[in-house]
Amino acid sequence: MNLKIALFGIAREIVGQSSLEVSAPEGQSVQGLLEGLREQYPALGRLSSLAVAVNNEYAPDDVALSERDEIALIPPVSGG
Amino acid sequence: MIQIDLTDQPIDVAAALQTVESDGAGAINTFIGTVRNQSTGRPVVRLEYEAYDSMALHQLRKVAEQAVQQWPMLQQVTVIHRKGTLYIGDVAVVVAVSTPHRAESFAACQYIIDTLKQVVTIWKKEFYQDGDVWVAAHP
Repeated sequence: MNLKIALFGIAREIVGQSSLEVSAPEGQSVQGLLEGLREQYPALGRLSSLAVAVNNEYAPDDVALSERDEIALIPPVSGG
Repeated sequence: MIQIDLTDQPIDVAAALQTVESDGAGAINTFIGTVRNQSTGRPVVRLEYEAYDSMALHQLRKVAEQAVQQWPMLQQVTVIHRKGTLYIGDVAVVVAVSTPHRAESFAACQYIIDTLKQVVTIWKKEFYQDGDVWVAAHP
């Protein structure tokens, strides 16, 4: 399946674009996605934290992703 | 009772305060976050705020709802966050709450701004004379 990942802040700058399409096995977990992205973009691994959001909620590592999900990479937030 | 906004326009603080006025409230508490002229001693020229809008709005509402659960006496809650380019002294965020008595208004207001900073999908880049940094990005 193909997952479309929205990118923000420093994650957007590291990847060099505001969204990314990755092909992933059916049932790919959040953790699996993060491992693949960190391998492809080592600078992501140097951030203080890196979360995945699924449909506007923070997703735990074991959540299985689907093509229908709205997925985003969430680098350390700094609002306020 | 809960009002949330994310805007690229200057925040009207007086208007935000009016939204939490309530006949049942003896206390209105406000937090106003403004752009400081330095960060760890380095002069700051401007900030740029970027947001994942749909999630930021959803998470802001959740934070406000959690505050209402924790302090059911809350009468009104308003949270407005700015995005885009801000300069020294500009208002980045306003949290305003009203409660019957003052103690809960302080506690709820602090809970909302502290939690906002931990979970809401907004990112701030500081620009200096000689460079820029995404705040909190690296250990």
